[in-house]
Amino acid sequence: MASTALEQDLTASHDHDEHHDHEHVENFFTKYVFSYDHKTIAKQFLLSGMFWAIIGGMLSLIFRLQLGFPDANLEVLKPILGDWITAEGKLDTEFYLAAVTMHGTIMVFFVLTAGLSGTFSNFLIPLQIGARDMASGFMNMLSYWFFFISGLIMFVSLFIETGPAGGGWVIYPPLSALPQAISGSGLGMTLWLVSMALFIVSSLLGGVNYIATIINMRTQGMSFAKLPLTIWAFFVTAILGVLSFPVLFAAALLLIFDRSFGTSFFLDEIYIAGEALSNVGGSPILFQHLFWFLGHPEVYIVLLPALGISSEIIATNSRKPIFGYRAMIGSILGIGFLSFIVWAHHMFVSGMNPFLGSIFMFLTLIIAVPSAIKAFNYITTLWKGNIIFTPAMLFSIGLVSLFISGGVTGIILGNSAIDIQLHDTYFVVAHFHLVMGSASFFGMMAGVYHWFPKMFGRMMNAKLGYIHFWLTFIGAYLVFFPMHYIGIAGFPRRYYSFTNFDAFSSYTDLNAFISIAAIITVGAQFIFLFNFLFSIFRGRYAPKNPWKSNTLEWTTPRLPGHGNWPGKIPSVYRWPYDYSKPGAEDDFIPQHIPLSETKESNLPGENEMLKELEKGAS
Amino acid sequence: MASTISVSNKNIWNGGVSPLKASYGKLMMWFFLLSDAFTFSALLISYGMIRYMHPAYEGNYSEFTFANDSSNLYWPIPEMVFDAFPFFHGVHLPLLFVGLMTFILILSSVTMVLGVEAGHRMDQKAVEKWMLWTIIGGFTFLGCQAWEWSHFISGSDAGLTYVDGSFFQGANLTQNQYGPPLFADLFFFITGFHGTHVFSGVILNIIIFYNVVVGTYQRRGHYEMVEKVGLYWHFVDLVWVFVFTFFYLV
Repeated sequence: MASTALEQDLTASHDHDEHHDHEHVENFFTKYVFSYDHKTIAKQFLLSGMFWAIIGGMLSLIFRLQLGFPDANLEVLKPILGDWITAEGKLDTEFYLAAVTMHGTIMVFFVLTAGLSGTFSNFLIPLQIGARDMASGFMNMLSYWFFFISGLIMFVSLFIETGPAGGGWVIYPPLSALPQAISGSGLGMTLWLVSMALFIVSSLLGGVNYIATIINMRTQGMSFAKLPLTIWAFFVTAILGVLSFPVLFAAALLLIFDRSFGTSFFLDEIYIAGEALSNVGGSPILFQHLFWFLGHPEVYIVLLPALGISSEIIATNSRKPIFGYRAMIGSILGIGFLSFIVWAHHMFVSGMNPFLGSIFMFLTLIIAVPSAIKAFNYITTLWKGNIIFTPAMLFSIGLVSLFISGGVTGIILGNSAIDIQLHDTYFVVAHFHLVMGSASFFGMMAGVYHWFPKMFGRMMNAKLGYIHFWLTFIGAYLVFFPMHYIGIAGFPRRYYSFTNFDAFSSYTDLNAFISIAAIITVGAQFIFLFNFLFSIFRGRYAPKNPWKSNTLEWTTPRLPGHGNWPGKIPSVYRWPYDYSKPGAEDDFIPQHIPLSETKESNLPGENEMLKELEKGAS
Repeated sequence: MASTISVSNKNIWNGGVSPLKASYGKLMMWFFLLSDAFTFSALLISYGMIRYMHPAYEGNYSEFTFANDSSNLYWPIPEMVFDAFPFFHGVHLPLLFVGLMTFILILSSVTMVLGVEAGHRMDQKAVEKWMLWTIIGGFTFLGCQAWEWSHFISGSDAGLTYVDGSFFQGANLTQNQYGPPLFADLFFFITGFHGTHVFSGVILNIIIFYNVVVGTYQRRGHYEMVEKVGLYWHFVDLVWVFVFTFFYLV
């Protein structure tokens, strides 16, 4: 039998790995810096993500100060921002654009892609499918360090004299293609492109690793139909990344050539400062197509892991099987597929053919179906459950709430006719901050609270967690809900100031209100930061399975070493959602408990399956 | 526990085995190639869109001249651009040289297949031989491409006199005697990007060739690494078929 031979082959290679580990003496560098261990790499991603979240959050406060209090004197920020504060104590207008651009870039790519997917895919995939480590520990290590260098370059760009990239996180040419256009299109944009190219390499290295690991290294019995939904989400996310990032890579390379070598891929007859450029024949719309072919799947690269994490947490803490397990998988796959064919809904007003617009509108609105399936499944999982409100559970429920309220405005925005009015207004800002930004951030927080005991072997403080949750949850709505009204009124995004327009003066109070809410919400994150850092060193010791959860990671020791399980890897006999099964002794049956040990709670079908198996064995 | 073993033998997707009968390294290579295919698709679709935005030549084939009027920069007929052959100066040999290049690259794919096949037989000498031929094929292709580029850059003797009287010979990223500058931009970028792939493929082949010669894979007991670089090499070859079609044939 070929499969048996392969099996032996795999076991042999495992033995070899373990043998190798014993020989290998770990020093500080191999253990914490250039580690091959997926758990260490996950922590590296998490800490880097948190670092970037602080910078991204602070940038948002700076431009919120400007928008909420346009007359304020910001002289106090001079020690931090230096020349970006003008002599009159005002924020430099071009720095405003750079701050907006960097906030978007950092949050989308560095926090919610690398920080979320990088952390939890790395941490949970081997632990939940029952593998000793990722398929290639070396490539996994490279993936983190490419991300690190990419981040380093982006960080350096914050400090150069002409400032970081300033053309918006979507870096549309011709603005981004012409270094003489604004100072943010100079060196900062070059560094942005270099940094993103490295980021794409990192995401590719990570992505192929996640995919190969999930396909090849599931433990005995772990069929795809028994995978936790987290793994399904990470799997589809990795495929989306592997297929969409290369298109951004192509676009970035073409843009680099336009910027530095005089080509005209994205440039047509154009004047700048009264001077005609020699470029002829290119198309800026082409860039938008290429960018959004990544950009739209990117939204789901950010969101799907958060949805997967919350599925797991909601089922665990409702003490109920997830409602519609297969429907959940189907909707993840459906969202993943659809995400590739809706990109032009970002371009309804770009001059694209309106007929094409109506096709993309149709496809876009279909996404509401799998999204609604997910939302209803969360709610029906919660329905009549024995809900345990851990901080992770609260954040997961918060995610569902934000996902629904942000998703509903998505249906509004997906209509190409309404988009003419709402395009590039604060309505769009409100929509994607709720459905993608906040929802994914909540998923990330839920994941940290839930898997902190497995990561660091200690518990986080739940009381601080509750305070953190309520401040963040209420804060997120207070910040983003009023933006809908401002957007309907017609405020365009990325504008430095609205004081020049009389029509908007009645919204001054609302803008100030949003800014105050934003300051409080960002401030609340420091409660989390304290809780996180304090608990790493002083938290109380975590029990082996603090949430009474079914998945395999809770069968490892309190602090799993390299290889995750000290002995044999457990086999899997059931799906991960056997919570409150009628007849069972406990209200949970972990995946590694065989059906033969739970005869009292087996369903009729399971008993028959067991009988057949026993017949086959004897 | 015996019962569980019978489960896993029933269905290869039940975990504990590699369901696609491929090692993780091969899977990674496949997914990387899928990803790379999207990069090339993006570039070729960009090519298609930009070409579609330019006017096409509408006159008689036999009377074709390159566009010399900036108000009507029509796309050139590729075989009029690429009609040179080394040592046959001034002779109109449309697509002959690039046909030869393509033939060499496809031949190197054949030798790669033979190398992989020899690896299955654990025949070290044969793997060495075929890997070497593949490397030679790769270098020859790159050399041909260098000649093709340098000819394209230096241009034909005739050059082009624009309607405003200015004269230009050859092509670079901003000017092009054969018509729209973007024809040259796209040519340089896409064939250059492909050439980079071929070059890194040759480097990989050399590393693997070295390992074959020193017997690393013979000791390991399988030649899977040869298969993996083989996949990459075939992919590069396949991409060239598309590049060739879009740039030279249509």
